[in-house]
Amino acid sequence: MTASQVFLQQLANGLTIGSIYALIALGYTMVYGVIQLINFAHGDVFMVGAYMGLSVCLWLGLEGAAPGAAMAWGFVGVIGAAMFGCGMLGLGVERLAYRPLRRAPRLAALITAIGVSFFLQNAVMLIYGATDRRFPPLVPSIRWEVGGATVTALQVVIWASAGIMMLGLQALVMRTRLGAAMRATAQDPTACWLLGIPVDRIIALTFVIGSSLAASGGVLFGLYYNTVNFHDGYLTGIKAFTAAVLGGIGNIPGAMVGGLLLGVLETLGAGYLSAQWKHVFAFVVLVVLLLFKPTGLLGERVADRA
Amino acid sequence: MNAARRARRRNAWIAAAMLVVALLPCLGLNGYHLDVLTNAGIFMLLALGLNLVVGFTGLLHLGYAAFFAIGAYTYGLLNLHWQVPFWAGLAPAVVISGCCGVALGIPAMRVRGDYLAIVTLGFGEIVRLAFTNLDRWTGGPNGLLGIAHPTIWLPGRGWYDFSVESLPYYYLVAAAVALAAAVCWRLADSRIGHAWMAIREDELAASCAGINATHLKLLAQGWGAAIAGLAGAIFAAKQGTITPDSFDFILSVMLLAMVVFGGLGSIVGVMIGALVLGALPEVMRGLDQYRMLLFGLVMILMMRWRPQGLLGGPKIRRELTRA
Repeated sequence: MTASQVFLQQLANGLTIGSIYALIALGYTMVYGVIQLINFAHGDVFMVGAYMGLSVCLWLGLEGAAPGAAMAWGFVGVIGAAMFGCGMLGLGVERLAYRPLRRAPRLAALITAIGVSFFLQNAVMLIYGATDRRFPPLVPSIRWEVGGATVTALQVVIWASAGIMMLGLQALVMRTRLGAAMRATAQDPTACWLLGIPVDRIIALTFVIGSSLAASGGVLFGLYYNTVNFHDGYLTGIKAFTAAVLGGIGNIPGAMVGGLLLGVLETLGAGYLSAQWKHVFAFVVLVVLLLFKPTGLLGERVADRA
Repeated sequence: MNAARRARRRNAWIAAAMLVVALLPCLGLNGYHLDVLTNAGIFMLLALGLNLVVGFTGLLHLGYAAFFAIGAYTYGLLNLHWQVPFWAGLAPAVVISGCCGVALGIPAMRVRGDYLAIVTLGFGEIVRLAFTNLDRWTGGPNGLLGIAHPTIWLPGRGWYDFSVESLPYYYLVAAAVALAAAVCWRLADSRIGHAWMAIREDELAASCAGINATHLKLLAQGWGAAIAGLAGAIFAAKQGTITPDSFDFILSVMLLAMVVFGGLGSIVGVMIGALVLGALPEVMRGLDQYRMLLFGLVMILMMRWRPQGLLGGPKIRRELTRA
């Protein structure tokens, strides 16, 4: 492979993992936007989504399905079921854990989020075991040569799914009444309440949407790496959070850009500099960016107080 | 008059607490119990240090485990390469960790609030991953092995090695906690402490009153990191083995939970918070694999029940509520 082919290949791989980061980052950024909470449990919701997808796969008997219509519908069914399941999980978590703390100190909600994170991780460990679980392939292993780089059907599916979700979200937020209510709540919850917008319901819905996007990311993650583990939520979650900050936390297009950018930077860094330091790049990028442009790439104002 | 009486009452409480701590091992506790208490004591040290940064000065720090790691690795490397004994290794561990606290604090001065939390999170992870990846010096993921335990010279018995006993570490950690708590109390009552709290309440007003906020915020991070360095050196000497995994993000977050649960800014509160949250997973060990699940649940319920922490006063509550 020539140098430019290697670069193209790295770019394709980076965009793939970057799409997954972006899907998770959206949940972080939306929740931060409406209630200024760094939702540490979000990475674990992503992991639960992957396991829900796995369960549906096994339940539908998609383990050895032949490529074709059954497999395609299987993929849609699995991702849909995981998104629905995690949406309900997000709703429950918001209702039981976060809503009672709406008027409490901000740090209290942060600690609650950590508690939720422990709870979800250990619940999954108890149900599915602590070892890696194999995620059955739902996309036929076709590969194409594009300009010397190899692109798999799975990668195309991941790009397409992530693209559809993001366009859908963008349409929802910018073009519907619901989206207008969400944007208004992010700006000023008290004024919204005075205007008769059901603020609590909007916040709950933000959790539902963010959690289902994370679940879709979880299923795609499982398909891409072929395994899932109850620990996966931790590092991927922190990186997705980095991506959200990178784009300017609270900013929806920012999270998409940040996710893709982080995926590409990390893959290029691992490829050209050192694979061992791969995980460090994400954090170095984060720190350097914040020190020189504290509002992220597509800036947004954040809370001043701890 | 009133102040004198308060001081007397406080001294009585401190004396009683020290007596209880000193006599506790005589009450028939076995080595395992002492070990649990010793580990909780190390958490107490860390929580006291973090409290200076988060509780006193109001800087949300999510990478505090890094300074614990720096202290532990400083003593570990000094001991393995130059056979520096524990007591001589303490000072460099504290000083280097404190300096790192200031050094990492300088760039972080550019950001505040939640962004500061995120930058410190990044620093914490970078430090841990650096210790993992610099395997030529730090032993990589396997960490450092065979770090010497502390030794003391006892009259009549000669050199006594702490080895893997429980009792000597219990007293060592108790003494360190007493020292750190004393330092925190003196700081809280000093001009520095008052300036920190002024910055926490309103940084702009504090600056207008002539407080050099940048210097004082760096000082808080330096002191906080120094206490973590002390805890790190003791931890390394006690375990004899350290791996980068012991200093992960979860630890930073747990320490923050201890400080918040105990009550931000309350010295007694954060010590109780560290004791409860540090010992709880051990107390619940009988629940076996359900232990961490329930631990998460306990954290959620605690925050619902008392979001300002055990000993957090109304002032703290008002100040931490969203403006």
